[in-house]
Amino acid sequence: MSRPVITDAELHAYVDGALPAARAAEVAAHLADYPDKAARVAAYREHATALHREFDAVLDEPLPRRLEVPRWYWARPLLRYAAVVVWLTLGGVAGWQLHAYTADKQIETSTWARRAAIAHAVYSPEVRHPVEVGADQEAHLVSWLSKRLGAPLKVPYLGDQGYQLVGGRLLPGERGPVAQFMYQDGKGQRLTLYVRVNPDQEGGETAFRFAQERGVGVFYWLDRKLGYALSGEVEKAELLRVATAVYRQLNP
Amino acid sequence: MSNPDGLIEQHIPRLRRYARALTGDRAAADDLVQDTLERALSRFHLWRQGSDLRAWLFTIMHNLYVNQIRSRIRHQHEALDEPATDALQYREPDWSELRDIGDALARLPVEQRTVVLLVGLEQFTYDEAARVLDVPIGTVMSRLSRAPSACA
Repeated sequence: MSRPVITDAELHAYVDGALPAARAAEVAAHLADYPDKAARVAAYREHATALHREFDAVLDEPLPRRLEVPRWYWARPLLRYAAVVVWLTLGGVAGWQLHAYTADKQIETSTWARRAAIAHAVYSPEVRHPVEVGADQEAHLVSWLSKRLGAPLKVPYLGDQGYQLVGGRLLPGERGPVAQFMYQDGKGQRLTLYVRVNPDQEGGETAFRFAQERGVGVFYWLDRKLGYALSGEVEKAELLRVATAVYRQLNP
Repeated sequence: MSNPDGLIEQHIPRLRRYARALTGDRAAADDLVQDTLERALSRFHLWRQGSDLRAWLFTIMHNLYVNQIRSRIRHQHEALDEPATDALQYREPDWSELRDIGDALARLPVEQRTVVLLVGLEQFTYDEAARVLDVPIGTVMSRLSRAPSACA
């Protein structure tokens, strides 16, 4: 009888059915004579059984939605491409027509509201120099800015809304000087009111409009010669509440 | 070309079972499966038509998992400023306490755990397991035989 030297690896291969038939037969015969090796084989079989006992239940678990393979997934790049083409075409047509109707007015308006939001973002975090002229010189502030803008300005009192005037500064606008008034509540939350002189062809009044620029909300409107934009990093409803108060004070 | 979604779908339950056993964590396992599916679908054109799709999917999952482990070890290494080689050393888990097999698995180094699971749970042949793991078949065999201390 040959002396089969059976390694651990072969014992595993035997259990896993990975041995050639002849060698498997040798191992089987060998196991009958060596109970310790037979015990190892039994233990190894038990490992596999334990794995199945522990994890087979996963096979029957309902799939969470994120693991459902979307139908036509492979066609997605194509569909996405098609959608882009459609939108570009529609957008181009609609955009051109809109442009023809509204001319520059709409675009110009939102541009200045955007400048207001940027001015807010730049100056409201200032700790030492948030304004050029402080609220302690309010009369001087108003007369100075009125003179520079060429229109009589009024500074709304927002104490009833919980905001106190910090002061104001002169800023360059698209067509000339603009004014920025800064307010602050008890917690240091700041709002800024940006005031510009409207271009001649754009007089009249508009409703409140709302825009958002990188987290800064802006309510803006035109009121005869002047345009106002109230900016703040607060809830839209809160900003509207204050904007309404500003409007009422300017139009008593 | 057949639709990959239908072909791949039938393998999801087994991918989930393997991932669950591999990670020992339900959410982490499903994350791994999700990543695997996304990668497989986006690279389906690389699958050789007619070859073993299951092996291909498990290979993708294995590579993703190994990358995760590597980056985790790298982060640990950076954080502790000492070699995190523990996870790479072979250990002898106590398989006699089979009631908590998940715990025993977790204590195995990744290289051994993957072999034990691919062969013992997913019933890959040694040859298939070797290809999924990209190691020689002899390595598969030696990792298997070193795994259970009950055999020592």
